[in-house]
Amino acid sequence: MPKKSKRNEKSRMSQAVVYVSLKEGVLDPQGLTIKRALEDLDYKGISEVRSGKFYQITLDASFRNGKKLVAEISNKLLANPVIETFEIKGPK
Amino acid sequence: MKFGVVVFPGSNCDYDAYKALKDILHQEVEYLWHKDTSLKKSECVILPGGFSYGDYLRTGAIARFSPIMKAVIKFAKSGGLVLGICNGFQILLEAGLLPGAMLQNSSLRFVCRWIHLKVERNDLPFTKACDIGQVLKIPVAHKEGNYYIDQDELVRIERERQVVFRYCNSQGELNSDSNPNGSLANIAGIANQNGNVMGLMPHPERASEGILGSADGKVIFESIAAHFKGRG
Repeated sequence: MPKKSKRNEKSRMSQAVVYVSLKEGVLDPQGLTIKRALEDLDYKGISEVRSGKFYQITLDASFRNGKKLVAEISNKLLANPVIETFEIKGPK
Repeated sequence: MKFGVVVFPGSNCDYDAYKALKDILHQEVEYLWHKDTSLKKSECVILPGGFSYGDYLRTGAIARFSPIMKAVIKFAKSGGLVLGICNGFQILLEAGLLPGAMLQNSSLRFVCRWIHLKVERNDLPFTKACDIGQVLKIPVAHKEGNYYIDQDELVRIERERQVVFRYCNSQGELNSDSNPNGSLANIAGIANQNGNVMGLMPHPERASEGILGSADGKVIFESIAAHFKGRG
């Protein structure tokens, strides 16, 4: 019984993922270094590597308007609009 | 006059700034805890260097929402003097009190060494005791000091003379060898349009007496003190 209720609990939550990356045109020294390392490993045909971060956000099932909330916190805190852009997947 | 030095969790140059102001400049100075909501009648607020909130998310991104920052932002918008050093500069950028943002150093390394700075203007409360073109020897210690702003905004801040300090060599010449982090136009410090908010990556408090290797940083604190003396 406890197992079942735990599963129910999980299915009642909803999840969003926010991908934050540097804007196009903003130099990404980390991406450049990774690209150089790949070239040193003899991988050919890689024209660019861009780095970024992602944040996984779990909302209570009771939460209404999750999309709006995630967009708001992405704008306000997760990304700095001067140098970064973000993409959101979810929540359902 | 009275200085306030904000202490965030992870600040580590708060005492350096406090000591420089109290023991070298002989000014009144008080710590302001990040959870405080009052500036305790400070006439100049210093956001010190360090790693507030572990530099998590982005440097300065979380500190910018500390309770004390509401008071700092209000104070800055009403013309109060705010100086951000290193992490303090990063916090001012995140708070939108200064334009632009910081990227990782182009070397991807933490850079901790002496650099030279060229003073671009001395009509600010923070630089009035300097000469234009004066070269200051001051250390930097950061991994995110690569100042970035988009091209249109760069043109705008240059036109508005918001760049206060640039990295240079000991002769005052600007070149890429003297730039420790890859910042645009060798920018090391900028001010807002009103000239009451300034941020810089180098640490003047770490160069405030000869025994530290240089006393060139002292002139910034002397400028602020002179500004108030002149007014009082």
